[in-house]
Amino acid sequence: MLERNFAYTPAFDDAHSRERLERLHPPQWRNPRPVDRYDLAVIGGGPAGLVAAHGAAAFGARVALIERDLLGGDCLNIGCVPSKTLIRTSRVYAEMRDAARYGAHLPAEIRVDFPAVMQRMRAIRARLSRVDSVDRLAAAGVDVFFGGGRFVAPDALTIDGTRLHFRKAVIATGARPDTPSIPGLVEAGFLTNENVFDLTELPRRLLVIGGGPLGCELAQVFCRFGVHTTIAQDMPLFLPKEERDAAQILSDAFARDGIEVRLNTTAIRVRVENGQKWVDLVNDDYHDSVAVDAILTGTGRLPNVEDLGLDSAGVEADSITGVRVDDFLRTSNPRIYAAGDACLEHKFTHTADASARIVVRNALFKGRQRLSALTVPWCTYTDPEIAHVGLYVREARDRNIPVKTFTVPMHDVDRAITDSEDAGFVKIHVRERTDRILGATIVARHAGEMINEITLAMVAGIGLRTLSNVIHAYPTQAEAIRKAADAYSRTRLTPTIQSLLARWVSW
Amino acid sequence: MASRKRNPRSPVVTDASHPSDEAFLDILQRAAFRFFLDAFNPVNGLIADTSRENSPCSIAAVGFALAAYPVAVERGWMARADAVARSLLALRFLRDSDQSGSPNATGYKGFYYHFLDMQTGVRVWRSELSMVDTALLIAGALTARMYFTQTTAGETELRELADALYLRVDWRWSQGDATTIRQGWKPECGFLHYGWEGYNEAIVLYVLATASPTHPLGDECYEAWTATYQWENLYGFDFLYGGPLFMHQYSHAWIDFRGIQDRFMREKRCDYFENSRRASLVQREYAQRNPRGFAAYGGNCWGFTAGDGPTDERPEVANEARRWFGYAARGVPYGPDDGTLSGSAVMASLPFAPEIVLSAAHEMHQRFPEMLTANQYASGFNPSLAGVDGRAWVSNGKVGLDQGIVLLMIENYRTGLIWSLMRNCSYVRSGLRGTGFRGGWL
Repeated sequence: MLERNFAYTPAFDDAHSRERLERLHPPQWRNPRPVDRYDLAVIGGGPAGLVAAHGAAAFGARVALIERDLLGGDCLNIGCVPSKTLIRTSRVYAEMRDAARYGAHLPAEIRVDFPAVMQRMRAIRARLSRVDSVDRLAAAGVDVFFGGGRFVAPDALTIDGTRLHFRKAVIATGARPDTPSIPGLVEAGFLTNENVFDLTELPRRLLVIGGGPLGCELAQVFCRFGVHTTIAQDMPLFLPKEERDAAQILSDAFARDGIEVRLNTTAIRVRVENGQKWVDLVNDDYHDSVAVDAILTGTGRLPNVEDLGLDSAGVEADSITGVRVDDFLRTSNPRIYAAGDACLEHKFTHTADASARIVVRNALFKGRQRLSALTVPWCTYTDPEIAHVGLYVREARDRNIPVKTFTVPMHDVDRAITDSEDAGFVKIHVRERTDRILGATIVARHAGEMINEITLAMVAGIGLRTLSNVIHAYPTQAEAIRKAADAYSRTRLTPTIQSLLARWVSW
Repeated sequence: MASRKRNPRSPVVTDASHPSDEAFLDILQRAAFRFFLDAFNPVNGLIADTSRENSPCSIAAVGFALAAYPVAVERGWMARADAVARSLLALRFLRDSDQSGSPNATGYKGFYYHFLDMQTGVRVWRSELSMVDTALLIAGALTARMYFTQTTAGETELRELADALYLRVDWRWSQGDATTIRQGWKPECGFLHYGWEGYNEAIVLYVLATASPTHPLGDECYEAWTATYQWENLYGFDFLYGGPLFMHQYSHAWIDFRGIQDRFMREKRCDYFENSRRASLVQREYAQRNPRGFAAYGGNCWGFTAGDGPTDERPEVANEARRWFGYAARGVPYGPDDGTLSGSAVMASLPFAPEIVLSAAHEMHQRFPEMLTANQYASGFNPSLAGVDGRAWVSNGKVGLDQGIVLLMIENYRTGLIWSLMRNCSYVRSGLRGTGFRGGWL
C-alpha cells in the first residue's frame, strides 16, 4: 500500500460532517497500487469526474480517479446542494412573514435558528454524499487516488510520487471563485461559496458584491434570514446574461424582500476602521460607503488549470477560459479531454455531467459527439426562479433569425394565482411564422421544474403546435407553457381561416 | 392593416358627428397649452419642468413648447409674432449657452443637460447630458423651423437658429465606444452605465442623429439598437414590447409612422403607429386583468407610464405592507405597478386608438375629476390611496412633458399639423430613409 495522503479537515466537526468526510475522503484511506496502464485517468472527483469515472467503469474500462480534496466537488460540498437547502429554509421564513397574504396568522415571533438551519444543511449534504462516495466508486471498479495529480508526460501523471500511465485522460478539475481585485478586500476578510457554508452565526449586516446567480441567490437567502443585506452589482441589472424583464422582476422581488439594491455600483475599496468594515461604493458620480459585518463575493469563477503540469502533457489552457478544447472536448493533446467547469463557459453541474458523458463516448469509443449539439437549460434559484434554455432573442436576432416571443404572464395562470405566486412569466421564442422553439425564459416560483418541458420539446424537435395538444394537469403552473402554445395556435387563425370556420359552424 | 388604408396626409380622424368630443379635446388641449405660458421664463424662453415652485427647466419641455407654439397660432390662442418671439428667446439662449461641458455649463457637444436653472440656464441637480431629451428639444426646434416659414427677420432668424442647433449636435460622439447611442453623460464620470436596450421612445433620436449632415451616427447604429427589440405576443396582441406607454408615444408626437416601415417592421408586417395602438390595447387588457388588485382599474381606467407616485409626497405610506413608489416608469405587464395611473398617458394614445381612449378619458374624468386641475392632467393619481373624502391620491405637480404630449397628440388627432410639418422636414425624411424606413408617405 502506498503512503497515506494528507488529511482533509472539515471546518465544522459534527456527526454529519464526519459522515460526509468518511464517504468523500476517508481519513484512513490509502491509495491503491496503480495498474500498468489505465484506459481512462480522471483528474478531479466533482460531478464531471464522477460521471466520467462511473460511465467508463460501467463499460469495463480500467479507470483511475484522482481527487485533491473531497469527492462530489463544489456542487455537493460548497455549491448547489448546501445553497439549495438554505434557499428552502429561507423560503419558509419568507412565507412565515407573508402568512397574512395566505389568510394565515402571523407567528407571534419569527426567530431564525441559524445553527438549526446549518445543521439541516449538513445532514442533507451528508445524505447526498452517499451517491458520490468512494465506496461506490470502488464498488464500480474505479481506483481512487487522493492527492494532487500532475501530468509528467503526454500519457502519464503522478500522484504524490506515484506514476500513473493512461491511454486516455480527462481533466475535470472544476473551478474556484474569482476574487475581485478590490483594495483592502483580502485584508478585511470576505466570504465566498467556499466558506460561507461554514458560518456558525449570521452577520448582522452583509454586503454581497456581484449580481450573478450565486450573489443573487445568497443575498436573498441571508436577507430572508433577517440579515440587513445590500447587493452591489456593477451593471444595470442583475443576471446580465438573462433577459431584461427577468432581471427586472428579480430586482423588484429583492426590493420587496428588503434587500438594498445597488445597481450600476462598483465596490472600489474596503477599509477597516476601529474594527468596523467599510466598503466604498461608486455609482457613476455618486460615492458613498456602507458599514458591514461581512462581505460575500460572487463575481464569477476561474477554472482550475494551475499545478496540473499541463505543459508536460502538451495541453493548452488559459487562466480565464480554462482548458482549450474543441467541439469534441478534446484538448491540444489528442489523448486528453476535458469536461466540466475546467473548460466550459456554462459552469453548471448538469453541463459538467453532460460534457463528461460526451468525453466517455469520444475518448473510449471513438465517438464524434459535439458539445455544441447540447441543449442546455439553466436556472437561478432565487424567488422567483429564473430559468432559461436555448437562444435569447438577442442571440437569434444576431444570427438573423426572425424571432417571435409568446408571452404568458403568470398572473394569467390559475395555479399561480391560487398559490399567490403570480409574479413572472413564460416566454417561448420561436422562429417567426413557424412553431419551432428557439429558446425560452421562465420566471416563476418553480421555473427550474418548468423549463424541463421546454428542453424536452427542443431536444425532441416538438413545436408549439404539438405542445398545444399536450394535456397539462389542471391546475398546474406548467399550464403556462400550454397557454403559450395555444397563443401560437390562435395566431394561425388568419381572418380567412376564421371566416371559413365561422361558415362551417353556421352551416 | 387598417392604418395603411388611410390617407397618410389626413389626420387620423375628424369626426364632426361627435362635437362633444371636439369640445372636450379643445378644452384639454388649450389647458395643456396654458402650462407652457405659465412655465415660461420671459428672459430666456426656457420652460419649467413642472408646475412646482422652483422647478428647474427641462430641455425636453422646451422642445414641446417650441412645437406647441405653432399649434397655438393655428388655433388662435397666440399671436404669430408672440410665438416667434418666444421661440427666438429660447433658441438664442441655447445658441449662446455655455457648451463647455463643465459641471456648471448648459451643454456639451451640442447636447444639453437634462435640467437647467430657470434663470441662468446652467446645469442643476448634477443632471446628465441627456441624448433623448436633447432630441426632443431639437425636434421641437425643427417643428418651429418648418412652421415659421415667412421671410420676416424674426422667422428667418428662427429657422437659422434651429438649423444651427441641430447641426451643432455631435451625435456620433454620443455613441462613445458602443454600437448604440448612450443614454447620458456626466462631466464627473463620462458616459452613464445605464443600459438602454430594447424598444423605447428613441426613434426620433436615431432619425435625427442619422440625418445629421455634420455629425451623423455610424451606419450600423440604428440596426444595432433595433437588434435589441423583442416582438411579443401578449394578451393576444403581437407587438413590439415596451412597458411604459410614453415609450410608444414620444417619437410619435413628431413623426407620422402610419404606413412607413423600417426593416424590423417590414419583417413583422406592422408599423410603429399600429404598434402603439396595440400597446395601448395591451395596457387596457392589463388593467382589466388587474393582477395586483388595485382600485378602479378596468377597460376604461388604465394608463401606465413614467410619472409621480405617492411616496414622493406621502413618505409615510412607504412603510405600508403594500409597496408604493415615488416617481417611476410604470409599465405593463411587469410593473412597477402601485395603483398609480396617468390620465395624460391615456390621452396621448388618442391618435392610435381613439375609440378606447375617448371612452376611457370620459369615464376617468367623471370618476376621478381630481386628476385634473384647471383641466390639466396631474402627473399621476392613485385611486387605491383614496383619502377620507374618497378622492384618489393626486400628484400635486403637473409635468411639462405630460402637457406637451397631450397637446401635440390631440393636435395630430385633430389636424395632423405636427406630423404634416415634420413630414416635409428634409432632415426627418433623410433620417427615416437612413434608418431604413420605406413606403407610405415617405
